[in-house]
Amino acid sequence: MTVDLFFQYLFAGVTYGSIYAIVAIGFNIIYNSTGIINFAQGEFVMLGGMISISLLQFMPLPLAIIVAVLATMLVGALVEILFIRWLERPSVMQMIIITIGVSILLREVALHIWGESIRSLPYFYGNEITTFSLGSVHISPQVLWVIAACGFMVCGLSLFFKFTPTGREMRACSVNRTAAILCGINTRNMVTFSFMLSAGIGAMAGCVMSPITYTQYDCGTGLAIKGFTVAILGGLGNSMAAVAAGLLLGIIEAFSVSVVPLAFQDAIAITILLIILFIKPHGLFGSSEAARLRDF
Amino acid sequence: MLRIKNLDAGYGKLRVLKNISLHVDPGEIVTIIGANGAGKTTLLHTIVGLVNSAAGEIQFQQKCCSGLTSQQVVASGCALVPEGRQVFASMSVEENLLLGGYVLQRNAGRAAVLRELEYQYDLFPVLRERREQLAGTLSGGEQQMLAMGRALMSKPKLVMMDEPSTGLAPLIVRDIFSIIKKLREEGNTVLLIEQNAKAALGIADRGYVMEVGKIILQGPAEGLLINRDVQRAYLGREKID
Repeated sequence: MTVDLFFQYLFAGVTYGSIYAIVAIGFNIIYNSTGIINFAQGEFVMLGGMISISLLQFMPLPLAIIVAVLATMLVGALVEILFIRWLERPSVMQMIIITIGVSILLREVALHIWGESIRSLPYFYGNEITTFSLGSVHISPQVLWVIAACGFMVCGLSLFFKFTPTGREMRACSVNRTAAILCGINTRNMVTFSFMLSAGIGAMAGCVMSPITYTQYDCGTGLAIKGFTVAILGGLGNSMAAVAAGLLLGIIEAFSVSVVPLAFQDAIAITILLIILFIKPHGLFGSSEAARLRDF
Repeated sequence: MLRIKNLDAGYGKLRVLKNISLHVDPGEIVTIIGANGAGKTTLLHTIVGLVNSAAGEIQFQQKCCSGLTSQQVVASGCALVPEGRQVFASMSVEENLLLGGYVLQRNAGRAAVLRELEYQYDLFPVLRERREQLAGTLSGGEQQMLAMGRALMSKPKLVMMDEPSTGLAPLIVRDIFSIIKKLREEGNTVLLIEQNAKAALGIADRGYVMEVGKIILQGPAEGLLINRDVQRAYLGREKID
């Protein structure tokens, strides 16, 4: 493999890895506040892309993206309020079935609204063939947008959780819900808020990736599997580890093209998921003690 | 301050509390003693709204508070130091205390929270030393102090403590109880639940004895200490006449 090709694969890997990482962070936020995996996370990504594409007819691109993110956050809040909030002490199984049901529902609604056609946002800067050269490596500017969006979100989130009172309260709810209630914190609102936050993050990912990967009503499922793999690989609930694991999976996938046919690319994620679940279910970076305390 | 009349509560069809009546006046330490499974924790959880009451009335500061959510009860000035400390283990000591100030922050703003934080650090100097440490790494006694400090951060009118001495070394238990006494001297009202009947009655003004969901005895603490039934059942000694 030439050096150029190596960097070309590497950048492709980092791009997809960033997308997986964002989806995985969405999983983690809801997991941390509720202890469940929200299998509708991929649909938030799809909704973000689809809504912004539709809005593009009426407004400029940046505004379309912002409105799409806000609209998806609203959908996230509605999902929590309609399907999850009123459950008294739901079991893990109940929650999983509900979120899978919600994901099917959202997909079908999207099919009715947007049909089966494949759409995409225009490139944020330039077009499909615009590249800039780094030495002899050619990179699309959209790749930088994806990486920047991922970096921005990770930094923003860690600052939010570490330094703002709301972030602290959300962490408190995930660490010990009863104690959080006894501090007077409204834990139900925190759960709604975590759904909004992860829906917004998913939608943001859906917008920046749309020019590269295209958006279709059912594109969320595949992403959810990849994101779930990454979340497990990094250790559930750990957003920093999700970034590392996301980049790892993206790069492995990108380089696999030089070894096995392209058609096997998706199988790699599933294989990694299975291996991880068998030999290290608490993830690469998760501690086994913490994993034992969780019910999932 | 707190007045409970004919309270029934339980989980599903199981009646745990049967016809409980008690009251706590301002500035008192009142203790409820009883064996495992007597319903003491359930009683506290019912007061604070974690368990719904089935019948009867709970009045906190002349206002009925049955049917309120836990958030509303806590916001009205009734704090619970839960059994087993329940600190936020993976968060720092200071973060734990700040979370305890959630209600205060809403009512009085950030400055009041910081003032209260300093006050708690003065009350529990060991917490100031360990402010950056994760709460889960503290010793049992320090975690108990943290749980107490966290509850006090909301400047509650009534502090309820659920078995603060569980699992602690006797020396630490003495510290904890002297802090509770100090709280009363500073004008706090304390409802203390204990299995360690001797220590609890030693600092309390009044006491109630609970057995299988009912209050079977009540009176001034000194009276209960010399009561023969209490001595036989909870203090592990019987005077032989």
